[in-house]
Amino acid sequence: MGSNAAETHPVSFRWVMKAKDKGGTLIHVDPRYTRTSTKADIYAPLRPGTDIAFLGGMIKYIIENKKYFLDYVIDYTNASYIVGEKYEFKDGLFSGFNAEKKAYDSSTWAYAMDEKGVPKKDLSLQDPHCVFQLMKNHYSRYDLDTVSSVTGTPKDDLMKVFAAFSSTGVPGKAGTIMYAMGWCQHSVGVQNIRTISIIQALLGNMGIAGGGVNALRGESNVQGSTDAGLLFHILPGYNPTPTAALPTLADYNKKYTPSSKDPLSANWWQNRPKYIVSMLKAFYGDAAKPDDDFAYNWLPKGDEGKYYGWLDLFDAMYNKQLKGFFAWGMNPACSGANSNKTREALANLEWMVSVNLFDNETASFWKGPGMKPGKIKTEVFFLPCATFLEKEGSISNSGRWAQWRYKAQEPEGMSKRDGDIIYQLFLQIRELYEKDKKAKFPNPILNLNWDYATDRKFDPHLVAKTINGYWTKDTAVGDKTFRKGEQVAAFAMLKDDGSTACGNWIYCQSYNQDGNNMARRDKTDYSGIGLYPKWSWAWPVNRRIIYNRASVDPAGKPWNPKRTVVEYIADIKDGKYLPGGTWKGDVPDGPWPPLRNPDGSAREDAKLAFIMKPDGYASLFGPGLKDGPFPEHYEPLECPVDKNPFGAQLTNPIAATLKSDKDSIMSCDPRFPFVGTTYRVSEHWQTGVITRHMPWLIEAEPQVFIEMSEQLARLKGISNGEKVIVQSPRGSLEVVAIVTKRLKPFTIQGQEVHMVGLPLHFGWIYPKNGGDSANLLTPSVGDPNTRIPESKAFMVNVLKKGA
Amino acid sequence: MKLTRRDFLKVSGAATAGLALSGLGIDFSPVEAYAWELRTREAKETPTICCYCAVGCGILCQTDKKTGQVIYTEGDADHPINGGSLCAKGASVYQLARNDKRVTNVLYRAPNSDKWQVKKWDWALKEIAKRVKKTRDASLVEKNEQGQVVNRCNGIASVGSAAMDNEECWLYQAMLRSLGIVYIEHQARI
Repeated sequence: MGSNAAETHPVSFRWVMKAKDKGGTLIHVDPRYTRTSTKADIYAPLRPGTDIAFLGGMIKYIIENKKYFLDYVIDYTNASYIVGEKYEFKDGLFSGFNAEKKAYDSSTWAYAMDEKGVPKKDLSLQDPHCVFQLMKNHYSRYDLDTVSSVTGTPKDDLMKVFAAFSSTGVPGKAGTIMYAMGWCQHSVGVQNIRTISIIQALLGNMGIAGGGVNALRGESNVQGSTDAGLLFHILPGYNPTPTAALPTLADYNKKYTPSSKDPLSANWWQNRPKYIVSMLKAFYGDAAKPDDDFAYNWLPKGDEGKYYGWLDLFDAMYNKQLKGFFAWGMNPACSGANSNKTREALANLEWMVSVNLFDNETASFWKGPGMKPGKIKTEVFFLPCATFLEKEGSISNSGRWAQWRYKAQEPEGMSKRDGDIIYQLFLQIRELYEKDKKAKFPNPILNLNWDYATDRKFDPHLVAKTINGYWTKDTAVGDKTFRKGEQVAAFAMLKDDGSTACGNWIYCQSYNQDGNNMARRDKTDYSGIGLYPKWSWAWPVNRRIIYNRASVDPAGKPWNPKRTVVEYIADIKDGKYLPGGTWKGDVPDGPWPPLRNPDGSAREDAKLAFIMKPDGYASLFGPGLKDGPFPEHYEPLECPVDKNPFGAQLTNPIAATLKSDKDSIMSCDPRFPFVGTTYRVSEHWQTGVITRHMPWLIEAEPQVFIEMSEQLARLKGISNGEKVIVQSPRGSLEVVAIVTKRLKPFTIQGQEVHMVGLPLHFGWIYPKNGGDSANLLTPSVGDPNTRIPESKAFMVNVLKKGA
Repeated sequence: MKLTRRDFLKVSGAATAGLALSGLGIDFSPVEAYAWELRTREAKETPTICCYCAVGCGILCQTDKKTGQVIYTEGDADHPINGGSLCAKGASVYQLARNDKRVTNVLYRAPNSDKWQVKKWDWALKEIAKRVKKTRDASLVEKNEQGQVVNRCNGIASVGSAAMDNEECWLYQAMLRSLGIVYIEHQARI
């Protein structure tokens, strides 16, 4: 669901086909019948933006038909937790809603605590305020008729999918999910993924071989760039960026370091202070001093409650609040929702730097459609960068494997590696600050570690070593002394006293005393399940399947011995494990023994399976999100219906929205009667800046098109291959019509609803007749947690050209 | 089957197109055998990872030892993820290695101008650095309206890039944060 792996991640689909060859069942749920659907055993259509309704129906099915994996649910999820009395869900809203602030007070979702400060539990799962019963009650509304009327999925198809997927809720079976932007790009994006996470936890599919919730990431290194914190809300290693309300490191650590009173909870984030201090040491070296909060003060701080995300950034640019802009390896004039707003915003800048391989719609926005160069002041610097074949370094794939790659040729012409551009640009900036004694707040610039060159050229090995981390002084740990400058072996050794520097704690071990582990190419696989532990290196600590302690029963034996991920091996005496036991298989989520002895008695030295959760359990009830502890179906902000049969609230009440004159949203407007969605084709990538310039690829997919059903084509008098105009409240676009049986109208609440879809890869700059970006149509609204735009469900009209 | 060089070039164009689009129904094995011999005689092999989606497929590049240029790319048969197979994009990587549409000069567009000018790196980096400093110093807010210390540069934003290596991403965010920039975003958000 939420992906079309056969076309957009074709080689991932190679493994799906192998699973199918071994008897696996492939289910594809998607608004369009795609090449993935053609290979599926079960295909079910659904209207864009209704995944929670669909999956909510599956949760109801799993609970009512007792398809959940009971032992797993009790030992590894928070199903038994008692939620406090203040929690309520009524009329489509959760408790704590503040209409004025458009926010929830999530304190009303807190658990009821016992006298020790540990959440109260009912292991029988019968207490009406336990998570399991609240969940059962919440999804009792998601009956087949209502789900079908919202999603447009025929009831037979719903039943087929529910029965097939929930059959994996037994120890010997596994079910996995492959999702992509089809789930993220919604005003309920995070809750889409939460819904499947709940299902996977109920079915015991997390942490096991062949299980999980798999994000099919769309960029070769979007995993790594996220890990590196190239985002407004996180620093490297998923540490939140500090805000103005946290003036000291102690304030920061207090707010972001979770605590648990449960001795069985590993609560791994209790180590956060070590990671932050080590990161600051990597940034600022000796200038990050213990008595000065390790230069925490030098990190910029956003205002509390203000966002600096993509939508907000371009809104600020549109509102003339920004002067300078770097578009580094990106083409926002085509890639972001509501591209017309973005393109106008670029004209409000004083200067822009575009770093890219090819000319693109962002760098050349000033000569784009409707632009008058003579009136646009923005200065633009185009810096040509090297291709991936022209440099050395690591990238991290969807499976968290950091793989080292090598240079196959020198950078073409005058192009430079991105690393060299960054390295040299900062030297120039720093030189200006060194010369100007009156420069504002120069310390972070003057003191940033920048010793990353060999022979005056950017050296990726030096940065990789800093990312891994090193000892900043001779330090004795137990009977061993680590020398200053020595690489840190793994993140368990990082310190919060400044004796270690580490650029990104989750990559600690990637480049340690054993050398560059990311460059390994040993295909030995003793796991038998394709872990390849000596091929490249995976974060964290080369663990290939995270939460793998959930793949075993509480006594440490695999739920499915035919697909062992980890197994606890120890001598046993009188039904108890003796000291000295070890885990075999994948790198376990911590060395601790399993929860129970072979005789079923509890062990005090054990830890719970979900070590990154403060309480140690997978969250069926998730009080940490902004828009509710249980996923609830809300319509896309721009939608074809005016009622939500699940409750009085039509759309996500706290969805991210903006207020400029370019941010119009029109639901149930007769001018925009059809649901629109965007997607990718195999032959292109992102906005097509690279692939549009590949002769083979552009020959195969030369121009933007719109897919529509035969019924809609008849309704609008459009024939296959004709030019049509597609319009949304934000823009319009000329495209070629593809009239196809692959799309069918949906029946939604008794009404026929039509859908059209467009690929997002095109732009005006090249090829000449390729058309423009589908993002001219998409709305700049988004998910309240991530602020990812809702590009996958919006409203449009379609007209025959000249009609 | 004996092929002249001219025959080979003729068929080889079709064979490489076949790689990308697949299934032409012609037996290319003699050509492939000859191509293999040609390729290995003068080429150095370099493993890399595909630049497109995040499946992480291995690609082998063959670089001409004399010219230093990539002359051929193919799926890495030893790679545990793709076992030699590639999608249409991965199979076209050679065309990225040799592509006459690439911009390989520094370009500059002056205010209100309708054209690009070719410039030198040294000039461009110095000019950009001046603008960064000017904008940063003018828009650096040490305290916000509530009087809280923020040390934040309000006037500059950055997007990108998931197309960079881990080491470059890390270095880039360190630079941006040292300048006080908070509008830091990239592909993961969209």
